Amino acid sequence: MNTETKKLRVATTSLAGCFGCHMSFLDIDERLLDLLQRVEFDRSPLTDIKHCGPCDIGIVEGGLCNAENVHVLREFRANCKILIAIGACAINGGLPAQRNHLALATILEEVYHAQHGLVAGFIPNDPELPLPLDKVHPIHEVVKVDYFIPGCPPSADAIWKVLTDLLSGREPELGHGLIHYD
Amino acid sequence: MSQNNTFTLDGKTVPFTDGQTIIQAAMAAGVYIPHLCFNPEFKPHGSCKLCTVKANGRQTSSCTQHPLPDMRVESDTPEINDERRALLQMLFVEGNHFCPSCEKSGNCQLQATAYELKMMSPHFDQFFPDRPLDASHPEYLLDYNRCILCSLCVRASIDVDGKNVFALSGRGIKSHLIVNAKSGRLADTDFSGDDKAAHVCPVGVILKKRVGFATPIGQRTFDEQPISATPHPTVKGA
Amino acid sequence: MVSQINTHAGYLDTILDRRQHNAHNLLQILIEAQEHYGYIHPDALDYLSEHLQLPRARIEGVAGFYSFLHLRPAGVYRVLFSDNIIDRMAGSLDLMAGMCSQLWVEPGKVSEDGQLCISTTSCTGMCDQGPAMLVNNLAINRLDASRVNAICELIREQVPVTAWPVSFFSIEDNIRRRDILLESHFISGSALNALIQRGTQQTLQEIKTSRLRGRGGAGFSTGAKWELCRAATGDQHYVVCNADEGEPGTFKDRVLLNNFADMVFEGMTLCARIVGAAKGFLYLRGEYRYLLDHLQAVLQHRRQLNLLGEAILGLDDFNFDIEIHLGAGAYICGEESALIESMEGKRGTPRNRPPFPVTNGYLDQPTVVNNVETFAAASLIGLRGGDWYAQIGTDTSSGTKILSVSGDCERPGLYEYPFGVSVCQVLSDCGAQDTQAVQISGPSGMCIAPDEFSRRIAFDDIPTAGAFMVFNRSRDMFEVARNFVHFFAHESCGFCTPCRVGTSLLSNMMDKLSHGHGSPYDFAEIEKLNVLLQSTSHCGLGHSACNPVLDTIARFRPAYEKRLAHKEFVPAFDLDHALSQARQMTGRDDTGAHLERSDV
Repeated sequence: MNTETKKLRVATTSLAGCFGCHMSFLDIDERLLDLLQRVEFDRSPLTDIKHCGPCDIGIVEGGLCNAENVHVLREFRANCKILIAIGACAINGGLPAQRNHLALATILEEVYHAQHGLVAGFIPNDPELPLPLDKVHPIHEVVKVDYFIPGCPPSADAIWKVLTDLLSGREPELGHGLIHYD
Repeated sequence: MSQNNTFTLDGKTVPFTDGQTIIQAAMAAGVYIPHLCFNPEFKPHGSCKLCTVKANGRQTSSCTQHPLPDMRVESDTPEINDERRALLQMLFVEGNHFCPSCEKSGNCQLQATAYELKMMSPHFDQFFPDRPLDASHPEYLLDYNRCILCSLCVRASIDVDGKNVFALSGRGIKSHLIVNAKSGRLADTDFSGDDKAAHVCPVGVILKKRVGFATPIGQRTFDEQPISATPHPTVKGA
Repeated sequence: MVSQINTHAGYLDTILDRRQHNAHNLLQILIEAQEHYGYIHPDALDYLSEHLQLPRARIEGVAGFYSFLHLRPAGVYRVLFSDNIIDRMAGSLDLMAGMCSQLWVEPGKVSEDGQLCISTTSCTGMCDQGPAMLVNNLAINRLDASRVNAICELIREQVPVTAWPVSFFSIEDNIRRRDILLESHFISGSALNALIQRGTQQTLQEIKTSRLRGRGGAGFSTGAKWELCRAATGDQHYVVCNADEGEPGTFKDRVLLNNFADMVFEGMTLCARIVGAAKGFLYLRGEYRYLLDHLQAVLQHRRQLNLLGEAILGLDDFNFDIEIHLGAGAYICGEESALIESMEGKRGTPRNRPPFPVTNGYLDQPTVVNNVETFAAASLIGLRGGDWYAQIGTDTSSGTKILSVSGDCERPGLYEYPFGVSVCQVLSDCGAQDTQAVQISGPSGMCIAPDEFSRRIAFDDIPTAGAFMVFNRSRDMFEVARNFVHFFAHESCGFCTPCRVGTSLLSNMMDKLSHGHGSPYDFAEIEKLNVLLQSTSHCGLGHSACNPVLDTIARFRPAYEKRLAHKEFVPAFDLDHALSQARQMTGRDDTGAHLERSDV
């Protein structure tokens, strides 16, 4: 009898984040091997696949600070049955959102024109560069998100718990010590 | 009063004495009811609404409601906890609560209560208000981004310190904490680190300078045990 | 150190003397200080702090609470357009936009020369003669393009408001149907004389026999309230007339105070005799500031007739006088405990109840708070007896009710009916046609559809504080609800979390739908928020903030469904617009510089 079930397909990405959540994900260490028995990776920094195809689970780190972030997030939402926001930035904007009390024009002006040491600075306008949004947004403000793993970053144990809950068909739940916002 | 000064709280019999509110009687019996603006050392305020319970089927603030004999109080139910979580989410989106950079993280009652109620996201859209920071005082910092308008500092300053360092101004969503100085700066008030008001903030608005990380993250009050198991309000380093 | 001479001392001393240097009069002092100087100067706060022995922050906190008080220069001309849906239906938004563009100002911002600020305010109580505005807190109604043009000209030429044409400030009574109250020719002192003949205890009995219930909306038995207050122990008892008529669409108290103030004051005096009060207050909403001189004159007249003051009508133990307190733009102060806080010179935050004002009211003393119309009715009962009154109206609701009718009808104004009148009768009398909905008792009341127009105005069917806003079939009931939700968000006192944040969230969600970003997800969110606000808010404002939405969802669901443009969740904000600043800064307009809508 063939007991081997089909592996779940998982995609991960980092938008306006620092990849810290991904690093924490890797901190599940040897449990990664167990995980790989049950999942295979689609688009992810681990695979270098550029665009995600149909997936069971999408894990998004980082908030939305520019147009490209929005495109990637929409691609994930369109292709992933379950979308998980991971880390403070994806969940509430996090560190990048600390710019939100300033007008974008003021920020660009300061960074590219006014800052000390700049000579004849100009604001880059190459079409290759994604344009920044006027404010940084958590991802649930732009697409529907199914689950959240808070933390900056969430611990490997928290990530492991949520993933194994989902893989086993359980509603993910984090107890004391695993829910952290810092 | 009669002998039967008890009520039931989620089915458990809880005794009460005259003048006690539901939350006070519950605390005395070792039962946790989530709360933020309530602090047993101060007169109840009834504003945060986290301590909402159902008393004989009617929703009420347990910090202001006095129990009646045989009253049936429900607190730890999915319905009420859902409402409490939504209230927490409101407090989170209303201000700028960026825990990773906050010195109070791990000792913060807002955060710990959100952990307790398993708040996984702010759910609502962030308001991202533009709020000031006041570093004028040599010993203390005020970060208004985190204020939840519980008014504990206002009450402590008036009722305990006999001062008037803090007050609320504005209305509605524009309500905000102010200090008693024309300049609006804490340094120009008679605030002192010895004030009770310096030590009652449940979140990270009023912070003593240069000791923020004396206790490392991970070893703080609510890292060690959940707020429901932590005696109130002795917080490490406070 | 020699303290500097405070340049604000002059006028502040006059005001402080007039207000007995009493900190409980703080709100009145601030209002008068602003009337003198245009705004409350930081030095004025210092001076008041020193002379009232109140912490500066507390004074600042009070000033910051009330919409009509300004801690910064707010313009020589402060123009506020009444922003009730009825004013909007009459074209207020276009008039305001026109005025802003004529005078080159942005709404809500003080002009660069410091001359002018044009903004909006909650309903000013002139729905029968709108669109309405307040200029430096004085009411101007029946706005149209020509009147607005004339006002712009006056402002441009810097003509002081006191020199503007008197006709601008005329206010109509528009009494359309009179019954026992509005047709009465009340003779000053007649009810008090009847009281003296009948005896105090028996007069209270008459009030109870009349089955009079409070006309402010809640409908508590007036006799029972007075009896409780009379029985309550305290150093002083107080009588307060709540004339903070802030419920959008209501204006009957304005007309009563303009025509029947004597009767209202007599009702208060009657109450004072019964509960044993020597001091009364009339709390007049700031929007009705123009009535102040008239009311003072009526009070003075009553003093001359020995109907107020010492030894009223020769009774040595009957001393009572009435003071008028002004509000300053805070709907919440219509809630009786918030009103008392405001009278004590504090922020208008509703108290935790119990205890109730009848035992712990003004200055923690037993206090009766009743509506203007209740006191007027009490005078009639005092004069003609409880049995006479009780046989008018219905079993649950005796007497008459004055309705403030406005909106889509030919004859807006005041209609007094015996309780039990049907909604369709009122609609027929006011000349309403093709009516789609009626909002009864204002945003916090209920909105009903044509299949309910046979329902009756009575405490056991449709209770009301008086507002009766009519909407014909051309009106968008979603926009009506959205206007009301914004009203509650603006007027939330901010004390409790659910109302402070929830009313803003609700406004944002309604705006999201209005802007075409709605999906069934948002609809579900609105319904969840409604439940939360109703179950956890501190006071009636939060409880009722959802009523307009719940009622219109229940009755006019298509108005919402057509807003749910999207099947799936879309953001509340326009993503492409969120790139516009960056486009402007970089000069880019290529495809990559735009974001398309998600599900179109």
